[in-house]
Amino acid sequence: MKYALFPGCASKGATPELYTSTMKVVGRLGLDIVELEAFNCCGAGVISEADPDLAYTLNARTLATAEKMGINNVMTICGTCQGILGGANKNLQEDDALRDRINRALKDATGLEYHGTVEVKHLQWILVKDFGLDELSKFITHPLNVSIAPFYGCYILRPSRATGFDDWENPTSLEKLIRAVGAYPVEYDGRTKCCGFPVLLEKDQIALSMVAKNVGEAKEKGSDAMVTPCPLCHMSLDIYQDRAEDRLQQTRPDETLGVPILHLPQLLGLAMGFSPKELGMKRHLVSTAPLIEKIQ
Amino acid sequence: MRVKLTVQKFNPDVDPKPYKKDYFVEASRGMTLLTALLKIKAEIDGTLTFRASCRAAICGSCLMQVNGSQKLACKLPLKEELEHHGKIEVGPMANMPVIKDMVVQMAPFWEKIKAVDPFLMTKNGVEVPTEALKDLHEKLHNADGCIMCGACVSACTSFEVSRGFLGPAALAKAYRFQADPRDQAHVPRLEALQGPDGIWDCVRCNFCVQVCPKDVRPMEQIVRLRRLSIGAGFSESVEARHITEFTKVVGDEGRLNETLLPILMTWGNLKKMLRIIPLGIKMFLHGKTPFPFKRVPGRDEVRAIFKRWEKTK
Ligand code: SF4
Ligand code: SF4
Ligand code: SF4
Ligand code: SF4
Ligand code: FES
Repeated sequence: MKYALFPGCASKGATPELYTSTMKVVGRLGLDIVELEAFNCCGAGVISEADPDLAYTLNARTLATAEKMGINNVMTICGTCQGILGGANKNLQEDDALRDRINRALKDATGLEYHGTVEVKHLQWILVKDFGLDELSKFITHPLNVSIAPFYGCYILRPSRATGFDDWENPTSLEKLIRAVGAYPVEYDGRTKCCGFPVLLEKDQIALSMVAKNVGEAKEKGSDAMVTPCPLCHMSLDIYQDRAEDRLQQTRPDETLGVPILHLPQLLGLAMGFSPKELGMKRHLVSTAPLIEKIQ
Repeated sequence: MRVKLTVQKFNPDVDPKPYKKDYFVEASRGMTLLTALLKIKAEIDGTLTFRASCRAAICGSCLMQVNGSQKLACKLPLKEELEHHGKIEVGPMANMPVIKDMVVQMAPFWEKIKAVDPFLMTKNGVEVPTEALKDLHEKLHNADGCIMCGACVSACTSFEVSRGFLGPAALAKAYRFQADPRDQAHVPRLEALQGPDGIWDCVRCNFCVQVCPKDVRPMEQIVRLRRLSIGAGFSESVEARHITEFTKVVGDEGRLNETLLPILMTWGNLKKMLRIIPLGIKMFLHGKTPFPFKRVPGRDEVRAIFKRWEKTK
């Protein structure tokens, strides 16, 4: 199966280690991938707050580009991109009037048109379903043997009407991948909750409480690290973790956080024998050194 | 079929803390959770306490947590739930103080509904003519379908960490009146929603959309309130600027640039700017600040799309 890779702004911007680790992993697995080089932002749910039609047209452009290349599977590596691009795709496929309206604008502006033949799938789903866990296990040369807390975030699960791969109430795909790399999934409530990213800059007290709550809970359950399919969750849980710790210590002075946050491809990459350096683990703000020591 | 229900029991007058108790019921075809609970109350344990009234998913009183998410007991087929989760665990709604067993304190919920002035406000009581009501149903986007069950508030991740937040139900209710052409207090109502616990506290986690038994999609109504706010001139807050500047950056560059956005959002707000600078430096040191002015392929097509919509609007 051929996939058009939609890298998303984050992997080409503030989390470049996501992009490099993805390329390493999909290269080793031999997935047939063509990168959408001229991709645009999916809008992250923000552009649709300004103008829903504009956001639809931007996403229709991405989908139409893949279609024009003769590829009908778009691969995302960001949970938020998956939710936004995938959700837009569902609506464009199901609502003829909407698709017509958007296509008129898209055609005027770019000459492109979207016919609704594309599926949008996150790497996480592709590995579990298209590629298969049995096949994946053949590439696991360095089983990890540590406890990993899965952090799904919002958009890869909800609204299920638009995403629909995992069971939103009790998702399992991330746990399956954690087991596939020889690690142990940690059970905790926070795994399907929100990381607070959308309000980090404007409502940091809310965002930091979310980071403190989710990371704190994962730590309490004995996690050596957390893994997420979304670079935005990664940013909020990693970059803001020390501030969240300060906040936590206002009420519980003895509590510390310090849980490394891995991008999904980094977790896979470690178990496939890539070095931490190749996977960009130095770029994290929360040190990954204790984790790496434990798995080596 | 004999089904086990694990129910959280708690009577604050006698119990030091909540505990779980198992009950077994003979489940008939299509039996709902509410019917099972009524049966338990009648035949096994008269102390079991819960609210219910209509038994038809209309009154909103039987909302409880089942296997960790918010559901109307009267609408939930026991067998389906069991097949889905392999167990049935029942407890009170989350995010609300428990009075006894499944009965929670709803007063704070109602206070918030009241706080958004959930009624038509007209000048001198004069209503606009009936023609204006054409397409009203579509305009409300089902925001009038709310049965006040509290599922959305109970599932809200923002409310979970910030109890002052007006929350999805009250905000969906506010939108219901903002969308009504007869209402003549649109600007004051929007102004009141700009406050610290108003529309900008929502993190767009989609939980409320997911759990609402009436497909009210509260988050979508909150998004509409935000759009209306910016349209009505409430556009200078950091929150509003997050939306307008994000959109502008993508319109100019084709993609989001995480270096540029925080600067644009907080421009002119010294306090906020000073808060983000140390972080910016830390990110820079870890190679996490993309160069703000990089030309990306496809930019011209994106600009053309923006122009196309500007022209029509
Ligand atoms: S969601 Fe973020 S990463 Fe995905 S394309 Fe949009 S801005 Fe980029
Ligand atoms: S968990 Fe965070 S990044 Fe992920 S979708 Fe929710 S808010 Fe966005
Ligand atoms: S989308 Fe907003 S209102 Fe709805 S549950 Fe999440 S934070 Fe609450
Ligand atoms: S919006 Fe939906 S979930 Fe929220 S109170 Fe109303 S009916 Fe219940
Ligand atoms: S009893 Fe009325 S909604 Fe369930």
